[in-house]
Amino acid sequence: MPSFILVFIFVYVFIAYTIRISISKNWMPGLQDFKTTDPWYENYHTLVSAGRFQADIRNTIVFTALFLLIAVIAGLLLAIAVSNMGRSKVFFRNLFIMPYAVSFIVTGVIWRWIFNPVSGVNLLFQYSGINSLYKTTFGAELHPDWMGSADVVGNMNGLLEHLIPGGTFLQVQMGIPLALLPVIFAAAWQLCGFAMAMFLAGLTSIPHELREAAAIDRASGFRYYRSIALPSLIPMGITTVVILTSTSLKIFDLIYAMSGSGVGFSTDMPGIYVYETMYKALRYPLGAAASVFMLIGVCIVVLPYLLKFSKANEE
Amino acid sequence: MTTSTIPSIVGSSKRSKRVQFFLLCLFIPLFTIPFYVVLSASFKTSQGADVTTMWKLPAEWTTSGISKAWEALSGNFKNSLFMVIPAVAISSLIGSLNGFILSKYKFKFSNTIFTLMLVGMFIPYQTILIPMVRFLQLVHLYGTLPGLALVHIIYGIPITTLMFRNFYVSVPKALVEAASIDGAGLLKTFFRIILPLSIPGFVVAGIYQFTNIWNDFLFGIVTIPNPVNQPVTAALNNLSGTQTVDWNVLMAGSLIAALPTAIMYLLLGRYYIQGLTSGSVK
Repeated sequence: MPSFILVFIFVYVFIAYTIRISISKNWMPGLQDFKTTDPWYENYHTLVSAGRFQADIRNTIVFTALFLLIAVIAGLLLAIAVSNMGRSKVFFRNLFIMPYAVSFIVTGVIWRWIFNPVSGVNLLFQYSGINSLYKTTFGAELHPDWMGSADVVGNMNGLLEHLIPGGTFLQVQMGIPLALLPVIFAAAWQLCGFAMAMFLAGLTSIPHELREAAAIDRASGFRYYRSIALPSLIPMGITTVVILTSTSLKIFDLIYAMSGSGVGFSTDMPGIYVYETMYKALRYPLGAAASVFMLIGVCIVVLPYLLKFSKANEE
Repeated sequence: MTTSTIPSIVGSSKRSKRVQFFLLCLFIPLFTIPFYVVLSASFKTSQGADVTTMWKLPAEWTTSGISKAWEALSGNFKNSLFMVIPAVAISSLIGSLNGFILSKYKFKFSNTIFTLMLVGMFIPYQTILIPMVRFLQLVHLYGTLPGLALVHIIYGIPITTLMFRNFYVSVPKALVEAASIDGAGLLKTFFRIILPLSIPGFVVAGIYQFTNIWNDFLFGIVTIPNPVNQPVTAALNNLSGTQTVDWNVLMAGSLIAALPTAIMYLLLGRYYIQGLTSGSVK
């Protein structure tokens, strides 16, 4: 079919083209110069030794881990609770998925203001008395900078430099950038409804006989969830984790609208790096190399899953 | 059959359900707060819209913020509509034909082709931006809405194919076989017999694609450099980056950009959820 061929060109041929640019020295749209760098991996080397890209890798790992944890657990718990509701089931289900229907740019713009130090959450601290309570306990105002913070909690540099040969190559502090936390919250807020919908679909597809059998055995609700419901949700859980991980490795719009690169690249992400390196700095080969990194990350997560799916399909 | 002493179905007890209901209610503010902020700010006056009074309802209700935001975004809003509707229709149609072929005709490598295609659903689009722009320049569609629609169609084919394939699995094979005995070819069978049965599939895939394409930002800013021709998400982000814009106007702009997908979601939420789960590889 012609459409298959078109998709293959737009996916595989285009990826090959980008990989080719990623090892070129001066490729520019107006100047089709494909001369390679010497050694061929020079752009990749420049990339991993640059502080900004190191920060991007750190941010992606922290973001993905915390975001997945929150979104999947919240999604699962919401799904269980929603599945137990009677008439209010549809209301809750629709409420929790609502954010997923709205553009990341829109929610990014809104959350940007809710986590602005002079408004939003900090005002709520003021009104609710949490701030004055904090002040009497710790003697300082509770007034976080949110995405404006440059603080990084924890330091893994020593350990990492010990583990990875090559001496002191790390340019940034490897830890949890505090500025990422509001961004992680916003992402989990928007996507936990998706996880909920997936788990809800999984819960409703549990065969009726299984539930009846458990009832005859007088299994408690807790027992039921632990021994029957949760194990049968595992396939759906894997699907959800794969989709959410690939989303998180590619995240761009939400962060671009909410915080941008942040102070000291504390909220920068590979997706933003690629866009800005290509279209702001016009360093196409370097941007292409960073995008290849993104592709590899996504493939590590997605390919085993797709291959398993393909095998199951064969039978 | 169950007796009255044995609960027919296991699950949480009545009391535990009440606790769960209460806990769910605690989540209502969390999920509605951003919508509250946008709505209340949209109806404030420019003087009344100060971020330090974010949580207060408008002291004086007005639609001037909304009309100012509409003035700034209406062109881009129309761009989005003009681009999204054909992109959704065409990618769904191609997806349904592909899904039909892949679910009803087994041919050599059909499974491999399908899997290779699904990869296209997951790739980071950053990896294909450079050749995509080159391609659009070659066919003289760079910087235009048809060009943007075209790339949305092509990159939408994997997901729509998957959705329709999953949809057609439930269509009896006998129907297709009967048609082929009557001498109908593949395309004739598809257009005469399958397509009329596919309306629910089109609703689900259409809503899903509408949301995806309307909400896209990356393709919009990369394929269309001129702000006048950009879709509404790009325009909203430009507006947000402008220092001089009043806060009520910015929030009203967010409202405008969110409205089409939100309305579609409120009206057709059930199908939207079906799309979320049927669009996943299981």
